[in-house]
Amino acid sequence: MAAAGTPTLESPSRQRPTAGRRQSVASRVAKRGGPYLLILPSLAVIGVILAWPLYNLFVLAFQKFGLPQILHMSHPKAGKAPEWVGFANFSKAFHDPQFWSTLQRTAIFTAVNVAATLIIGTAIAVLMGRVAKSIRLMLTAVLIFVWATPQLVGLTIWNWLFDQEFGVVNYVLTKLHLGHFLHHSWYTQPWQGFMVVTFVVVWGAIPFIAITMHAALTQVPEELVEAARVDGASPLQVFRNVMLPILRPILVILTSLSIIWDFQVFTQVYILRDNRPEPWYFLISIFSFVTSFKAHDYGYGSALAIITLLIMAFVSIFYIRQLIRISEDQ
Amino acid sequence: MSAISARGERAVRKPAVRGKRAGGVKSKHGSLIANVIGVLVILVMVFPVYWAVSTSFKRGLDMNKATPEWFPVPGTLQHYVSAWNKDFFLSSLKNSAIVVSIVVVVSIAVAFFAAVAVARSRFRGRRAYIAIIIGIQMIPQTALIIPLFVMLSHAHLQNKLLGLCLTYMAVILPFCVWTLRGFVANIPKDLEDAAMIDGCTRTGAFMRVTFPLIAPGLIATSIFAFIQAWNEFVFAYIIMQNNDKWTASVWLASFITQQQIDWGGLMAGATMLAIPIVILFMSVQRFVATGLTAGAVKG
Repeated sequence: MAAAGTPTLESPSRQRPTAGRRQSVASRVAKRGGPYLLILPSLAVIGVILAWPLYNLFVLAFQKFGLPQILHMSHPKAGKAPEWVGFANFSKAFHDPQFWSTLQRTAIFTAVNVAATLIIGTAIAVLMGRVAKSIRLMLTAVLIFVWATPQLVGLTIWNWLFDQEFGVVNYVLTKLHLGHFLHHSWYTQPWQGFMVVTFVVVWGAIPFIAITMHAALTQVPEELVEAARVDGASPLQVFRNVMLPILRPILVILTSLSIIWDFQVFTQVYILRDNRPEPWYFLISIFSFVTSFKAHDYGYGSALAIITLLIMAFVSIFYIRQLIRISEDQ
Repeated sequence: MSAISARGERAVRKPAVRGKRAGGVKSKHGSLIANVIGVLVILVMVFPVYWAVSTSFKRGLDMNKATPEWFPVPGTLQHYVSAWNKDFFLSSLKNSAIVVSIVVVVSIAVAFFAAVAVARSRFRGRRAYIAIIIGIQMIPQTALIIPLFVMLSHAHLQNKLLGLCLTYMAVILPFCVWTLRGFVANIPKDLEDAAMIDGCTRTGAFMRVTFPLIAPGLIATSIFAFIQAWNEFVFAYIIMQNNDKWTASVWLASFITQQQIDWGGLMAGATMLAIPIVILFMSVQRFVATGLTAGAVKG
């Protein structure tokens, strides 16, 4: 883009609209094999540690694989060899009422968390552009502080805030006369428990959304907004027709990332429920984990993981398309 | 509905702010309402962290009171002492340090090469490579943990630092490639070309011109990788099941599984584990927004 209009030396077959860059002949020759050598190490690591397990995941999902089979892998004489069962693990899922209720719970949880994160995060981003400089700096510092707080640490903090006996939340709610919250347990009612989880998730995710959205908002050229306003556009029209098209790529990215993160929420629920989540606290990730590592049905657990994977793949399409488009533009 | 009325209100107020901006000062004071809301947001966001840190300094009897003590006075360091002396604290810290340093150094080196390739040349298969790199980050953790567990126990790499290092590398690498790509792509290639016209070789031009400019990006990405590896819990929890192989985050979680939760010790432990991360994060925060959004917003 920097050299638009200069003659390009790229061969026609490799031509892309945005590829008009000045290039020396020598660099072209160096590039022929160069890029492949450069990406090779990363592909190797990914291949060994990700492609192989992923392949294994698919294999496991079509097998009956439990403790005897684990034993068999390390001590071939003991245990039992894995047995191929076709689509049995998948059809088990589709006939399992618990799978459907878990999936539904996960979908609702994701929708609530994504919406809350995006709305609050964007609101804070807008706010950052409207406050005094000192407050903006403090707000940024606090957001980064929260962002930097390790997930597990944040989790334990919220666990303490909502503690049944000495949690400060119960105290404040009682003092505000919002109901009888003394010794109130937040986990007996699943919806209240999930409310705590939502606090943890949203609190932790807001900084990323707010800071990114704030950066994006500052990229909207002031003159464009000005021009639209002079031409008589209402604030709503300015937002829809000027800001939104510029913010769209980043919004697509933030939304898909949030969906992907919130659909996979695991640690938060697992830790808040003392490493023993009850079935009514199962999200799809926990269901898959418990099926594998507590019930030792690795085959069924893998099938559940693959179903999650396919749902994620669908969401990722939008995200990946947007990112590839961006990388082509540079 | 309320959003529309809020916008209408803003439209009325706007000209005053605009006047100031035209004077070259970017909304120096902001509006009163915005400032009040801003302060409220700061308080709400920071309170949980304040409460954790203040709890970690409270005496046991001040901590467990029906009416909370809002300030840790008189304070005590007793919880820090007990957390420090809790079983496996130092060994977990050591394990984390080893894993994190190996993961960061190797991932950054490997990712840097790949980032240069992706940012600087348009080779055949580039799109597919990008799709793989991004797609991998979408794989649910629980989808990997089952086969990884089976695979690592088969290869006798369970409870081995190497097993955890390899796992982290694979998970963190794609993120590093993508972030570094943004930094490399932001450096105008014309600079390199100019150096080559002045007689540098391609490698020379890269090392003398581009590399110094990329250094901040490398530092920022390394620290991101550091934070991810330091904070990771689920893989470590499953792969490192022996007590003496725990990482710091697994150690912290070990507070919670006990029958009675030692809140003071837990908060002290959490504070200790968060300190290095917060310091590192603060030191790179000015690269954070640029690194993650530069590519996304420009277009």
